[in-house]
Amino acid sequence: MTDMSQHESDALKSYAEASGFRLGWAKFRRHKLAVVSLYIVGFLYFLAIFAEFMSPYDHSEINRRHVLTPPQAIHFVDTDGSLALPYVRALKGERDPVTRRLSYVEDDTTKYPLRFFAPSEPYEMWGVIPLETRFIGIAKPDRKATLFLFGTDSLGRDVLSRIINGARVSLSIGLVGVAFSFVIGIVLGGMSGYYGGWIDTAVQRTIDFLQSLPTIPLWMGLAAAVPPGQDPLVTYLMITVILSIIGWTGIARVVRGRFLALREEDFVLAARFSGASEMRIILRHMVPSFASHIIASLSLSIPEMILAETALSFLGLGLQSPAVSWGVLLKDAQSLQAISQSPWLLIPGLAVVVTVLAFNFLGDGLRDASDPYGKT
Amino acid sequence: MTAYIIRRILWFIPTLLAVSIVSFAIIQLPPGDYLTVLEAQMGAEGDYSPEVVERLRERFGFDQPFIVQYGKWMWAMLAHGDLGYSFEWRMPVSSLIGQYMVLTVAVTVTTLVATWIIAIPIGIYSAVRPYSAFDYIATILGFIGKATPNFLLALILMWLAFSYWGVDVSGLFSPEYANAPWSWAKVGDLITHMWLPIIVLGTSGAASLIRQMRANVLDELQKPYVEAARAQGLPEWRVVLRYPVRVALNPFLSTIGTTLPELFSGAVTTAIVLNLPMAGPMLLRALISQDMYLAGSYIFLLSVFTLIGTLISDILLTLVDPRIQFDEA
Repeated sequence: MTDMSQHESDALKSYAEASGFRLGWAKFRRHKLAVVSLYIVGFLYFLAIFAEFMSPYDHSEINRRHVLTPPQAIHFVDTDGSLALPYVRALKGERDPVTRRLSYVEDDTTKYPLRFFAPSEPYEMWGVIPLETRFIGIAKPDRKATLFLFGTDSLGRDVLSRIINGARVSLSIGLVGVAFSFVIGIVLGGMSGYYGGWIDTAVQRTIDFLQSLPTIPLWMGLAAAVPPGQDPLVTYLMITVILSIIGWTGIARVVRGRFLALREEDFVLAARFSGASEMRIILRHMVPSFASHIIASLSLSIPEMILAETALSFLGLGLQSPAVSWGVLLKDAQSLQAISQSPWLLIPGLAVVVTVLAFNFLGDGLRDASDPYGKT
Repeated sequence: MTAYIIRRILWFIPTLLAVSIVSFAIIQLPPGDYLTVLEAQMGAEGDYSPEVVERLRERFGFDQPFIVQYGKWMWAMLAHGDLGYSFEWRMPVSSLIGQYMVLTVAVTVTTLVATWIIAIPIGIYSAVRPYSAFDYIATILGFIGKATPNFLLALILMWLAFSYWGVDVSGLFSPEYANAPWSWAKVGDLITHMWLPIIVLGTSGAASLIRQMRANVLDELQKPYVEAARAQGLPEWRVVLRYPVRVALNPFLSTIGTTLPELFSGAVTTAIVLNLPMAGPMLLRALISQDMYLAGSYIFLLSVFTLIGTLISDILLTLVDPRIQFDEA
């Protein structure tokens, strides 16, 4: 005992006194991938929220003179080999004399230096705030200047800007869908776990049933029922509801499991003996102690929603152009011809994979952190 | 145990009924029916005749309530194996979808077997050498495989195959066999085309199986009986394969219940991207043109095959693992 340093005993004391949140946070920080993922997810949502400002162009701006241009490189080295401030070169369209196919080559005589907070055509942030600056762009744009870092699509629209704007739908559909599922899941799962008996059996059978069905064909069938040609917002809401109709089961299972486990806990019994009402027991004693589990399992179901929306929109059953989501963008890359000639149309897929990976790691980290006293 | 198996099989019947209701309800959801599509088509071609539409409506009972239409569909299916009529293809659904369903089931089951053959050894190796370079690589590949939607993986592989070898790997048959009658040569051709759909479909399932196998074996390796086996001087590979692996394999059967729905789901999107003669492309087309009996039969059959797979895995699990508890439910 004597050789235990002051520092160690302080650490022990602060561990013993730390709140659940501090313990969880400390544990979360040890999961390095989860911490990195938290930053990535944060960054992606930041992009989605400030999409108009962060993207170099308006996502629907059609550019007939620059159709299917490959991604432009940012150069840091001048033609004479000296270092330069980042710039892009002008693009020159060249037609193949035999196949008549248009291809673009860099014209190394014209340079366009880049800058942050570059001037742009006027646009409106969130449809209200008028702005004439974008986060990144060409310092002194003229008619020939282009900045297509991820190339352009078949109408000459900037793929990067479309990915950033598509993030709004793709990232929010995960949150909204999970919110819907959460409501269904907590009501049914809570009832199932709290009351038990035939309610429990009925809910559990329904969950078993739904989980044993292949989801994509069902989602396709439901999505085909959404009448086309509506306000994109209506379609968006309907798609999220469709995803939640099948997606609530996992959350309901978690909620039920926690209810069952906690019902027998000493502190719940103690509260009951002290005469607390059922409502008070649920809200004051039970919910706080399983909230962290719920958050963790919610963050693990967000990527499933994102994947489902992407798949449906890709098949043409989800959101439709002119709405943009990553699935809608990937629809352009559907044929072998399209991707063999312009593989950059697959970049939105990279955005999906990165997002889903980040959410999975984040969810893993949160799950570990939600049980601060468990072994690592 | 026998009682449990019988109960499990009996439970299958109401489940089937529920699936048929769900499938039929889904395809009834869109406003209008195939005849509205037909009317629009005929209107566009300028030979619209309300009498024809009215006659068709009566013949297929589109003007009757849901429950009557459902009852007719169900009765025809049970009594004559008749799944209804495809308006778009102008032929009975049952004679239309047979081959597509067989190929779907064949590819899915092959994928299931392939993922096991690949995932189990990798999982064991990862568990025996945890935190080795191999383990990390398997883990990273596994996570990426899980995060990549099937259709995207299909697109990427298709693009890679085309840009490096210049071949189009879509389809399940070479052109000369596509419409040929079945023969051993055709089966051989099918096998040479099947690797791509299997990789696409199997990756995400294999990824989670590897994680699970690794965790199961790791758990078992710490138990005293392993120590006892080692103390008796058995070679390490025998210690591992003889005891912990055998125990770790049991929970695997129960994963069929979760992997099979995912496989059938994935098979639909993969088939659409790779243009495979399987259920996917036809289901999509039928849904878009509101060819309701065709779409409904696909949704129904895909679900039924999933349920049968789960049923078989449940029964096998009770036979193989005597520790399973039979709760009263």
